[in-house]
Amino acid sequence: MQNDLFTYTLHLADNNLLMGHRLSEWTGHGPMLEQDIAISNIALDLIGQSRNFYQYAATLRKDSATEDSLAYLRDTREFKNLLIAEIPNGDWAKTIMKLFLFSTWQFYLFQQLINSSDKQLAEIAEKSLKEVTYHVRWSSEWVIRLGDGTEESNKRIKAALEEVWPFTGEMFLPTEYEKSLLNTHVSVNVSDIRNSWNSKVKLVLEEATLEYPENKNTWMNTGGKNGVHTEHLGYMLAEMQFLQRAYPGCEW
Amino acid sequence: MGKRGSAGLCRKEKQKAGGLKTKTMNNNEPLWEVFIRSKQGLDHKHVGSLHAADAQMAIENARDVYTRRMEGVSIWVVESKYVHSSNPDEAASLYDPANDKIYRHPTFYNLPDELKYM
Amino acid sequence: MMATEELRKIFNSKIAEEIRIEPKDWMPEDYRKTLIRQISQHAHSEIVGMLPEANWITRAPTLKRKAILLAKVQDEAGHGLYLYAAAETMGIAREEMVDQLLSGKAKYSSIFNYPTLTWADIGAIGWLVDGAAIMNQVPLCRASYGPYARAMIRICKEESFHQRQGFEILLTLCKGSKEQKEMAQDALNRWWWPSLMMFGPNDDASPHSALSMQWKIKRFSNDELRQKFVDVCREQADILGITIPDEKLVWNEERQHYDFGDINWDEFYNVIKGNGPCNKERLAARVSAHENGEWVREAALAYAEKKNKKQVA
Repeated sequence: MQNDLFTYTLHLADNNLLMGHRLSEWTGHGPMLEQDIAISNIALDLIGQSRNFYQYAATLRKDSATEDSLAYLRDTREFKNLLIAEIPNGDWAKTIMKLFLFSTWQFYLFQQLINSSDKQLAEIAEKSLKEVTYHVRWSSEWVIRLGDGTEESNKRIKAALEEVWPFTGEMFLPTEYEKSLLNTHVSVNVSDIRNSWNSKVKLVLEEATLEYPENKNTWMNTGGKNGVHTEHLGYMLAEMQFLQRAYPGCEW
Repeated sequence: MGKRGSAGLCRKEKQKAGGLKTKTMNNNEPLWEVFIRSKQGLDHKHVGSLHAADAQMAIENARDVYTRRMEGVSIWVVESKYVHSSNPDEAASLYDPANDKIYRHPTFYNLPDELKYM
Repeated sequence: MMATEELRKIFNSKIAEEIRIEPKDWMPEDYRKTLIRQISQHAHSEIVGMLPEANWITRAPTLKRKAILLAKVQDEAGHGLYLYAAAETMGIAREEMVDQLLSGKAKYSSIFNYPTLTWADIGAIGWLVDGAAIMNQVPLCRASYGPYARAMIRICKEESFHQRQGFEILLTLCKGSKEQKEMAQDALNRWWWPSLMMFGPNDDASPHSALSMQWKIKRFSNDELRQKFVDVCREQADILGITIPDEKLVWNEERQHYDFGDINWDEFYNVIKGNGPCNKERLAARVSAHENGEWVREAALAYAEKKNKKQVA
């Protein structure tokens, strides 16, 4: 039971860390100074949220785990993030689409998580909800801007939607550890938030003059929540964890 | 688009000597003035300016740029060209006292294309 | 309408009385041109300066360091923006300034043409580069041009944590393992002289200084600031327990300052000319960001226009 709570918390932490890490790759390379700042802000929010989750997860262990040992010393198979958090940024359109689909999911998730019987998770969700609300708003507006902007931007965001859509199915498939925590009202039943998510996404895509992938029967990529990742995660971790691995046991 | 819109277009083409690929579209996001009222504040204070395509973007950019460390603030944005000012000291002001623009901003002036480095 | 001579007298007396010059006040054309150059150069430096540090965000060794570094680099973008905004009040568009940077016409602080090779470099940049920048910037909070001074005040408020974070990184390394301490010493060895060069040429070799001082858009001379910097850093290096790579760095009782060695001005001018280790990469990165972002900016404008038309209709 405790183990499931630990894994669940890691899942939430890993989502945020990796999405934040990906967004931070734009810092210094954004399409406009103002957007550079905006996306870095969001990256910072996500990393901050991940720290809250990691710090809580560390307390759930009997050993001397810390936020850093959890983030920097686990290998890919121990990461429990959604795949959408680890896929590469691509162009601005792909990044926006990833962020939009992910943060909309996070919004509905945290909205429920606020009612978790686990006080810590509820608190973190509450703290994060304001930020996530802004992420949804910001990314939705960009989806619309790009969808209803120029011919080129429409082409790109359409391609982005096609590329990222297969990573959305995973968001609504509960894992065993999520299911086991439902009885005690700790976790959120992600299959319950699918409808709200669908409605919101549909609304935004329509305004963006994009086709909602309704009955496309897309094959969904899954596995991240159980530690089976894409090849991208390995490279991300190699970069992220390098110093801690090269100089083990040091303070930074 | 500001008065300088099309003038800027031609000039840009001529400036290709700089080596940059610029397309035949004016990439001038308009300039906006930003006013912030802090949580405990009574008035909106002018904090600076930024570029954005429209008001919604301007407000979001303002939030990201000028209120990063503040919570509970109120943000006003106004396109710079819509801000008018008075000359407190007519005598010492700009050579054109009738000009009520807040800056000597290029989009406020209709400059001939051939004019360089101004 | 007043005669130019009268206007010039009023301008000069404002300068003398420390009354701010505002965008619409009459000013000598040279004053305006010099300010545009100085402010935009400063803005460019902030933007290019993001690059050597941003490349360590994904490799920052702890979550706390990651967050702090991201916040710092983001601050720098913001500072660039404040400064571009200040320059725009003088009659130059952001677009034009960006053009000048990307085409290689405008300069930016040459320090950012050096590579960040280790994590300790991030500490060194915070300690030395931001330290030098602060020394330059604090006096500018009293610059004669209003928008510039106000931008500088805003920047200085945010800058204080930048230097502290850098110093703290180095302090942690110096108190750490043997390899970490060596990393810190190595970073100091490579960043020390370029940091001294940040203050510009010696006073007698500095073309723009005299007029800038007269106009109070420069408050202290290059050499004055550089000396102050050396004095302060020497003592901070002692706290860290690492050695500044200058054998001639020695306390001079008579001057009540530290003497220090000669700067390699050849290197300085070469780097300014474009022969520094990273000049090409830095500029290429900015050009790339700008070009790759073109379709995004166009889309935003197109969308805004569409919305406008709908509202008017």
